[in-house]
Amino acid sequence: MTDQTLLSGRGLSMTFGSIAALAAVEVDLWPGEVLAVVGESGSGKTTLLNVLSGRLAPDHGVAWYRDPAERLHDVHAMPAPALRTLQRSDWGFVHQDPRQNLRMSVSAGGNVGERLMAQGARNYQQIRATALDWLAQVEIDADRIDDLPRTFSGGMLQRLQIARTLVTHPRLVFMDEPTGGLDVSVQARLLDLIRSLVARLNIAVVLVTHDIAVARLMAHRIAVMQRGRVVETGLTDQVLDDPRHPYTQLLVSSVLSA
Amino acid sequence: MTVMLCTRSLEKSFTLHLRGGIRMPVLSGIDLEVRAGECVVLSGPSGAGKSTMMRSLYGNYRADSGAILVRHRGQMVDIAAADPRTILGVRRETLGFVSQFLRVVPRVPALDVVAEILLMRAAAAAAAAEQARTLLRRLNIPSRLHTIPPATFSGGEQQRVNLARGFIAGLPILLLDEPTASLDAENRSVVIEMVLEAKASGTAIVAICHDADVREAIADRLFTMTTLQDAA
Repeated sequence: MTDQTLLSGRGLSMTFGSIAALAAVEVDLWPGEVLAVVGESGSGKTTLLNVLSGRLAPDHGVAWYRDPAERLHDVHAMPAPALRTLQRSDWGFVHQDPRQNLRMSVSAGGNVGERLMAQGARNYQQIRATALDWLAQVEIDADRIDDLPRTFSGGMLQRLQIARTLVTHPRLVFMDEPTGGLDVSVQARLLDLIRSLVARLNIAVVLVTHDIAVARLMAHRIAVMQRGRVVETGLTDQVLDDPRHPYTQLLVSSVLSA
Repeated sequence: MTVMLCTRSLEKSFTLHLRGGIRMPVLSGIDLEVRAGECVVLSGPSGAGKSTMMRSLYGNYRADSGAILVRHRGQMVDIAAADPRTILGVRRETLGFVSQFLRVVPRVPALDVVAEILLMRAAAAAAAAEQARTLLRRLNIPSRLHTIPPATFSGGEQQRVNLARGFIAGLPILLLDEPTASLDAENRSVVIEMVLEAKASGTAIVAICHDADVREAIADRLFTMTTLQDAA
């Protein structure tokens, strides 16, 4: 276990018009750690994800990323090509809507192989073998490798997106409501898959979710956001079993248990 | 023997913001000391804060003030002040908690639930599975159930899976919250045996245990807790 953070946000602030989407947010993530960012719609959690991943520039504050050579990068001061390279290699994204990430006109195998080719892989047999292996890891039948994603169900598309994202072994993955919009039974399977892959590959994750049960299942630590502020943070089971902030108490007590 | 776990002036209250900010004090001025190989059973009426105490010791509840010192890698670590990553490290290597109810994760078979902590420590998967199988059999969970997620198990079976999960790693400190509440006599005696073996190998144990026979069999001493009056 290292004491060096992988990603840190310091004093991140951002307003949309008169609305504070982020207000002096401080956040740290260590290698291999899963951090859930929870809160209701409009609390700023997706904005935080977009700022940390360099897709939105904050009005104030800095996001630091430490690369494998231990060099620190100010995510928003990096030259655009360097940031794109980072986003395609060390980092990954899992969107709520897999269509944002997948290429719908390319076969399932092609979607997985493409990320490898972007990293310089050229041997067709090897790329196909790796793609097959990843389809198996996300429980997609080998005989679907040449099918187009538009013939896939929502749950399969999401699993394909996971395979496409993880095939390059990123160190850090940003996930925005990865199970939102899926049936409950499909959700459980996907969460279990993500959980075991992330643990096995030691991937750090920033997971945005409004679903507290998802946070409990997946995350080591949790940050609760309300109106652009992180109002409470700590070990996942501490924050959920012994919530201190009024808003966290409201969030936890509002969950229906089946 | 070495002190493995102790608390100093431990205080814990709950503030219920959704109930007009009522403050409910539960623990106050708690000084507990548990040595290697010793089993201390918390006693006191319902509502005296026994479960709150256990959860605070595990770092699941956050203490208001005072210290919770745990011997971790040869040094005393204060759970009440430690950062989340330190607490997770303490739980992986030092401090185990067997709660009354198993928190079931969808799709994860009983065997993997039990072996999880060994796998987190990067143990070989086959050896971890074998150890889990042995322990589950000892607790009379038949092999045919090992590959099934415990969601559909009976209360007693779930409790035994939870016990196997807590005991598998041989952690030096164990917290047991009503470990035999849903068990029949046969399985109760297996658990008593396991607790006695753990003690013999130097494990420090804090338990809540309403069953007088089990308490008699495992406790070296009782730690009596009393109900605090509401301050509000």
